[in-house]
Amino acid sequence: MTSMSEIGTMLADTAERLFASHADAIDDAARDGRWPAAAWAAVEESGLPLALVPEEQGGFGVPAGEAMALIRLTGRHALALPLAETIIGNALLAAAGLPLAEGPIGLADGAQARVPWGRFAQTLVYASGADLHRCSSRGMATEGSNLAGAPRDILSFSGGESRAAAGASLLELGALARALQMAGALERVLELTVEHVSTRVQFGRPLAKFQAIQQELAKLAGEVAAASAAADQAADAYVGGGDLGFAVAVARARIGEAAGKANGIAHQLHGAIGFTREHALHRLTTALWAWRDEFGTQRYWTLAIGKRALEAGRDGYWPMVVAA
Amino acid sequence: MTTLRFPSPPQHDAAEALRGEVRAFLAETLAERSPLHRADSWNGFDRDFSRKLGQRGWLGMTWPKRYGGHERSAFERYVVVEETLAAGAPVAAHWIADRQSGPSLLKYGTEEQKQSVLPGIAAGETVFCIGMSEPDSGSDLAATRTRAVPVDGGWRVTGTKLWTTGAHHADYMILFCRTSGTPADRQAGTSQLLVDLKATEGLTIRPIIDLAGQHHFNEVHFEDAFLPATALIGTEGAGWEQVMSELAFERSGPERFLSSMQLLIELVGVLQGAPGEAAQLALGRLTAHLVTLRRLSRGVAAMLEAGENPGTHAAIVKDLGATFEQDLPDIARGLIDAEPDAASTSDLVAVLAHITLNAPSFSLRGGTREILRGIIARGLGLR
Repeated sequence: MTSMSEIGTMLADTAERLFASHADAIDDAARDGRWPAAAWAAVEESGLPLALVPEEQGGFGVPAGEAMALIRLTGRHALALPLAETIIGNALLAAAGLPLAEGPIGLADGAQARVPWGRFAQTLVYASGADLHRCSSRGMATEGSNLAGAPRDILSFSGGESRAAAGASLLELGALARALQMAGALERVLELTVEHVSTRVQFGRPLAKFQAIQQELAKLAGEVAAASAAADQAADAYVGGGDLGFAVAVARARIGEAAGKANGIAHQLHGAIGFTREHALHRLTTALWAWRDEFGTQRYWTLAIGKRALEAGRDGYWPMVVAA
Repeated sequence: MTTLRFPSPPQHDAAEALRGEVRAFLAETLAERSPLHRADSWNGFDRDFSRKLGQRGWLGMTWPKRYGGHERSAFERYVVVEETLAAGAPVAAHWIADRQSGPSLLKYGTEEQKQSVLPGIAAGETVFCIGMSEPDSGSDLAATRTRAVPVDGGWRVTGTKLWTTGAHHADYMILFCRTSGTPADRQAGTSQLLVDLKATEGLTIRPIIDLAGQHHFNEVHFEDAFLPATALIGTEGAGWEQVMSELAFERSGPERFLSSMQLLIELVGVLQGAPGEAAQLALGRLTAHLVTLRRLSRGVAAMLEAGENPGTHAAIVKDLGATFEQDLPDIARGLIDAEPDAASTSDLVAVLAHITLNAPSFSLRGGTREILRGIIARGLGLR
């Protein structure tokens, strides 16, 4: 990884400290269906929601790669706040020339989408056709939640402003955010699992000393490495201006599969304790199960790659792989 | 160390410029090569083809010019390797020498060995085989029984090497054997010797036919064979460290996920005429794996270029790569209605037959899946 800029390092440190110090409050609120107002106020005060907004539009001029690292960090903490959505939403608003958001953003891929944290969002940002809409009033149509217990609400939007969307699409950026979050969460799942098998003693020795455990952990490490690389590739495409749609599709297909396999191994190796609410593992694994189908399902992104492969055809297939 | 991050492969303009040149050369040179033969890329033995690569400066690419090399980057070499494999070129005559024997000699060999052998490899003239496995020592390499006894002016070697791919064609072998102590000493007391297969007496090479009826493997028997003192590579007794370094070269390249590439290409060719959701989903998934493997593998190349030891990272790529390659035949079978048959007039069906019969070797050669996962577990700090 390239060295962090000063502002990037500062934001990353701030984020790490914030997420850790508010973790319990955020977790409690999420469990009771409340909004963790104090934690969000601290996040806003830190400036994190503006990480991808250019300096001249009121942001901090954080290099894009470091903003990607921040989003990944929200995944590593399985952060139960719409921070990734708000970072992406503000970037989209700035690109389209719309005013930045008030408060947390409900980021919706279309008017009928399930909106993450919809009931708590103060600003709604949604795409329809080539337009980006920003509004702040909405009615609740259907309350829902994902496997991690985070709100996913269908809303009815009204009023607000709209402009022609510019740059990467809302769907691609939302999907990129989920890819990065999953990579961050998977890295933490691997750490927790290594920690558990190294300290848990059975039959007179740590689980880590059993070959059967080592082989499973090696498989887990392979899936996490693949997920991490696929997320890096998508982030590079965003930062460097490559074919973002294809890189995101690859990341979401590969990381979604990695999440399923890794969760299975991590839970198996943690035993019963990992299946409880008191253990931290479930916050990561339930989020992973949910995220792999948000901002486009794993199936949606996988199909998109398959279509491209068949369009490339026999002779164009390998060049397509190399160009990715 | 729990997090195994792979470095981002750099954008390398010289390497990408080279890619077009390599593709044009391969398109012309391999125009008549059938998909079935392309699927046998690793085992395709063709001295002419290797010589042509050598003439273009595409072998020994990263080595010093004084040994016939071209002092180019690992990324340029990577492009040549992946393009030749993706095209299904016959690489067996230079493969082992260019990938591991040459780099090992460059690292540990004597000046005389480097000068006498490396230019021939870079020219595509000199063929190597690997002298590691034995009847009682496969994954457990430290159990080697082949012994070289010091005698006046050199060594007397007795023992048997097994699964020696291409020994019947090869000019040289790098022999891993015991030069002191007993097998109970394990790694200690082992060394590597350079064997001139065409000039050494007391050698017998016997074919071993594999399950597909192919002759690639051999048994190489040494019966009191004399090797000159100058055959020693590196340091006597340091064979273990050297052979592990050689294996790192062997495990790190794109060949670790491209073995089934022709099957994937033929599958795309057949399905592009009749696309459906099942085909799109299957190809989408496989492509996501392939693109990601390529990224991981180029990350390993970046580590090699930076002089880092990518042992654990290379093991991850090889483990994931072999699983990908081995899954392919069954996925293809789920998408087409045909009995696999190498004699079929359908290229896809013929390639499917070939890959199905060869797939078991993908997770055996160059370190078994279980050994690799042990290496990964060690990298995670578990052992």
